[in-house]
Amino acid sequence: MTQAVHDAPAGAARRINLGAVAPFLALILICALGAAANARFLSFDNLTNVLARSTFIATIAVGQTLVITGGGLDLSVGAMAAFVAGLEILFLNSGLIENATLLIVSAMALSLAVGALCGLFNGLTTTVGKIEPFIVTLGTMGIFRSLLTWLAQGGSITIRDSEVRAAYRQVYFGDLFGVPYPVLVIVGVAIVGAFILTRTAFGRRVRAVGSNEDVARYSGIGVARVRTLTYVLQGLCVAIAVVIYVPRLSSASAATGLGWELMAITAVVVGGTRLKGGVGRVWGTIAGALILEVIGNIMLLSNVVSEYLIGAVQGAIIIIAMLAQRLARNR
Amino acid sequence: MKRILVSLAVIGLLAGAAEAQQAKTIAVSVPTADHGWTGGVVYHAMQEAKALEQRYPGLKVIVKTSPDAAAQANALEDLTTQGIDALVVLPHDPNVLTDPIRKVKQKGTFVTVVDRIADDHSIYDLYVGGDNPGLGARAAEYMKKAMPNGGDIVVIRGLPIPIDKMRVDAFNDGLKGTKINVIDSQFGNWSRDDAFKVMQDFLTKHPKIDAAWVQDDDMAVGVFEAIAQAKRTDIKFVVAGAGSKDMVKRVMDGDPMMPVDVLYSPTMVAVAMDVTALGLEDKIPVRGDYILKASLIDKANAKDFYFKDSPF
Repeated sequence: MTQAVHDAPAGAARRINLGAVAPFLALILICALGAAANARFLSFDNLTNVLARSTFIATIAVGQTLVITGGGLDLSVGAMAAFVAGLEILFLNSGLIENATLLIVSAMALSLAVGALCGLFNGLTTTVGKIEPFIVTLGTMGIFRSLLTWLAQGGSITIRDSEVRAAYRQVYFGDLFGVPYPVLVIVGVAIVGAFILTRTAFGRRVRAVGSNEDVARYSGIGVARVRTLTYVLQGLCVAIAVVIYVPRLSSASAATGLGWELMAITAVVVGGTRLKGGVGRVWGTIAGALILEVIGNIMLLSNVVSEYLIGAVQGAIIIIAMLAQRLARNR
Repeated sequence: MKRILVSLAVIGLLAGAAEAQQAKTIAVSVPTADHGWTGGVVYHAMQEAKALEQRYPGLKVIVKTSPDAAAQANALEDLTTQGIDALVVLPHDPNVLTDPIRKVKQKGTFVTVVDRIADDHSIYDLYVGGDNPGLGARAAEYMKKAMPNGGDIVVIRGLPIPIDKMRVDAFNDGLKGTKINVIDSQFGNWSRDDAFKVMQDFLTKHPKIDAAWVQDDDMAVGVFEAIAQAKRTDIKFVVAGAGSKDMVKRVMDGDPMMPVDVLYSPTMVAVAMDVTALGLEDKIPVRGDYILKASLIDKANAKDFYFKDSPF
């Protein structure tokens, strides 16, 4: 039955559409649940809070979508975020530039450069070194986190200058016509990510490499180059998340970004990207990241679930959301 | 024959003298600096190691950090094979590490356990820890005093482990019979980011909150940021715990939002090392259980608990 639909072009188009829409349907359903649990869920403040909070995972997960679509995996993103955040704050504390705005802009640029370099390192070690990405990024995960702990001497690194702190704080807490900057960042990153994956030659190559490496190689695609680039883009996404993360609490510690890698990978998979590679859905990933954050928010706002059982309910909702998607797609 | 016996005796005496002269070694095994408090533990252990080596010439103090319980079990084995006279250990998970610690003790090593213990108290010679129920009780006492007419408070707990439960139970006991209501309680996992989220949601959920009890100073950082963002003025103060330098500084500076802090200091590892060395080098009988008080830090005494150079 599924096979028959697969062969018909019109049916195939419908199938993709359903697959792409399913995570959003799940999100809407969960939001309806939230509204039922607590009327304040739909308040403007709460929605912007939750959207702003999900920026880190959503942004990182867009990068992860590219990496996974290309047949890779990056477990180092959480630790990388901590490391880049630490370096950025140390730069902000160095006082190399007098002007606060200029200092902050340079710090952001530095973060992006460091993130891209970290990604390049992951990518080259995986492709040139021909080592499983799982192992490489597990290794760099330990390296990045230890480096941050070392930089912080076991404590936390905090922005010292209160003027810089106040100016930079606006990047997380400020807004444009009522829309918080972090939300604009999610939308921007998603648009660019989706464009890269679906409208560019590079995106087509990423999908080709992810669905069948050998076929891609015989078609003359530089598999190593394409894969490495996905890791560089992942590094950039991590750096963008950091640029938004640092102003929130103005500090980084060994606990920064803990578990982000699993949340990002979950968001990618919930969003409909195939873990084996070849099929990627950037907007689905965004929906996945929002689902994760919204579930946490609803759990806290409702009085129904015991504080001890929150994890179980979150896990169950994710599995149910995936099952619902599978059913919708097979229909 | 007689001569042989005499020379054997002489050799024995010499060996005995050499042993008395021989350098003693204390091994210190602590978790890696995975959050603020353990960062403080590592810092104070390093500082105390230096201080002890200066005080007792010939004494060697090895500080070893481990990222998790399994790694710490291995570290204990490695340290024992190196030959140590005393072990000061702050276990990741006391239940997992009970047997590895017992093995060290069975070799005749003097064992000091810091902060966390399981049910079996026969595995140590000396125990140094903070007062977990006291941490909750002090916070409750202060709440009672600060809000004589009662009020609505929220609680942010740590991780679901025994230490957390002891603190929360004592806190709730302390509030019994008052008009102070705990209107919400959630886990913040001793993380700044998680505490920020939880507090944001508390602020959304409850239109009026009078005060907050946050179990740890690290989490208080996130809580203050969430309150500032919501621009809420109904919350009069926050009580936290541990005694990190940033929060002690707030108390010292008279921040109205942070009038007091409750001590549960990572310096306890230094106390443990010091008392262990006292027993080892000065031959003073030190075996026993030492519980450090969960002192209330207020503006008057804050300077006694302020460690400027510590990372925590």
